[in-house]
Amino acid sequence: MKKLVLICTVAFMFIANGAVAKNTLRLLTWKGYAPAKLVKDFEAETGIDVKITYSNNEEMIAKLRATRGGGFDLAQPSQDRISFVQAKFPVYQPIDFSRVNTGQLTASMVEAVKKNSAYDGKAYAVPFCYGTTGMIVNQKMAPDAKDWSDLWNPKYAGKISYRLKRPLLIATAFGLGENPFALYNDINAYRALMKRVEKTLIDGKKLVKNYWTSGDTQVAIIKSGDAWVISGWDGKGWSLHATNPDIDFIAPKSGALGWIDTFAIPAKSKNLDAAYKWINFMLSPKNAAYFTNKEGYGTASADAIKYLNEDIKANFSRSFPPEVLDNIKWHPPVPEGFETIEAKVLDRIKAAK
Amino acid sequence: MKKRSGTFYLLLVPVLLWLVMLIVVPHLDMFFRSFRFETDEGAMIFSLNNYLAFFEDQIYWLTFVKTALYSIGVTFLAFVVTFPVAFYLTKVIAKKYSSFMVLLLLIPIWIGELVTIYGWMILLSDNGVINNFLINIGLIDTYLPMLYNNFSMTIGLLYMSMLFMIVPMMSALESLDDSLIEAASDLGASKWTIFYRIVIPYTTPGIASGGIIVFMLVIGDYVAPNILGGKSSLWFTEQIYNKFLATFNWNEGAAFGFLLLMLSSTIIWIALKLTGQKLEKVGS
Repeated sequence: MKKLVLICTVAFMFIANGAVAKNTLRLLTWKGYAPAKLVKDFEAETGIDVKITYSNNEEMIAKLRATRGGGFDLAQPSQDRISFVQAKFPVYQPIDFSRVNTGQLTASMVEAVKKNSAYDGKAYAVPFCYGTTGMIVNQKMAPDAKDWSDLWNPKYAGKISYRLKRPLLIATAFGLGENPFALYNDINAYRALMKRVEKTLIDGKKLVKNYWTSGDTQVAIIKSGDAWVISGWDGKGWSLHATNPDIDFIAPKSGALGWIDTFAIPAKSKNLDAAYKWINFMLSPKNAAYFTNKEGYGTASADAIKYLNEDIKANFSRSFPPEVLDNIKWHPPVPEGFETIEAKVLDRIKAAK
Repeated sequence: MKKRSGTFYLLLVPVLLWLVMLIVVPHLDMFFRSFRFETDEGAMIFSLNNYLAFFEDQIYWLTFVKTALYSIGVTFLAFVVTFPVAFYLTKVIAKKYSSFMVLLLLIPIWIGELVTIYGWMILLSDNGVINNFLINIGLIDTYLPMLYNNFSMTIGLLYMSMLFMIVPMMSALESLDDSLIEAASDLGASKWTIFYRIVIPYTTPGIASGGIIVFMLVIGDYVAPNILGGKSSLWFTEQIYNKFLATFNWNEGAAFGFLLLMLSSTIIWIALKLTGQKLEKVGS
């Protein structure tokens, strides 16, 4: 009996391990970040199978934490969610920049990501794409919605929607005329600011149609006319603009929130070769341009601009004239413990009447 | 004791492996985790703080009470809505049609919950199918807000769980001898008397087991409240999810998970006592 259990256990483990063939790349990423055409090209070029798991920032951390950095060969967290995670749960490994073709990347962005993802003197991420959180507005119905504060403007009662996550709290703080990022070294001042943010959003709750929860629900709620003024990502807003010119992305007056999504390598990545190959492949100018043309988000690939469609270039110049571009508030790395404060605030807003 | 053959053990092994590795071990892990607490100095200590957090912050237990009340309500609604259907399928309609109708009932379950819920969104939204229809036939002038509120959430939960109520009730009703109903009506009992003196007592075990399944499904659901529920519909499962995923506090999340298990088990226990049912009987 004992022997049999042992044999079965060993066999079970063997199967579990064997299921991951040597030549696959297990990618943990966002929807849209691995377009089917590019995956096919990559597989044909390298003979490596790509297995994709779609996720978001929070789930990525939880998934990698559960396996202590195993199960995936490459992940794509946002740059501000790496160093504090690494400090608490060592789920990533440092990037070997000699294997990354940095020549094809925008140098300033590489430097910024290196600095922001650093832990213990080592850099943990390579930039992949960037974008902003701003507002998507139906300009026919709400021509005057220009700033974050319009998310609690009674003029648009019943036609407002946003995603109840931490970027919204930050956006609300900016809408109140504060700079939350400046308080990242003063947890008590930040807590006080979040209290005001909480009050603003609870008072404004009766004006909100609904909180959108995913990229799809974000598109659905404004497309269907259920909402006119919503928080949203630039790429999504621009793709809506292409089908309905009334709807467009707007960088709020007090500043759109900039994010950079990256490549980071889990601590127990089994196929480092494939991971670095994928990074270099996705950031080559033509492939990066394909991604941007399709999804609308900006890329870290320096020469991709040569291959961008005219309408994609027009999006950037329409929504981000130079002075607006300079006003983008880039997410700095989140200090430890801040997410706990924010999560409580979010809970209380959601539970409020 | 009877000597078991090798085959018996061979077949037992996968079951045991499944139970131990995928159910017992993770639960034990979560159970121990729920008592671990990180102090301000970063040390891990044994503590009840994770459980206390639930009672200290009223938002948690208020959410739980709301979740529990809604789950009880949905379970009751599921009974009200599906009992006539179950009765019709077992007692009124001919056997050959009824199996086809049961198949029709099963079809929505083949489709994932998420897809079904997006379907409801199309129906219920401001410019959706139902509103458009009502406006076109002139019954209303402006749209009715049907989506993103407690109404749409209840519909979603009800739709998802109805089938699990019908099936146990049907099996109870099938074994009810029609001659009992005939005899009662020959003796002059009204339809209502037959219903609550004969049919209901006879099917109570089926109702109770259906009710338990529906209640557990609804109280532990995440998708329907999250997508259909709108801005105020914080469900207890969502708070557990947030503990794990937004604040990375797995210890507190584990404690909340166990609280959900204990509290929902208690509610079921009370319900069984009140209706005079025994779990063994209901489970069979």
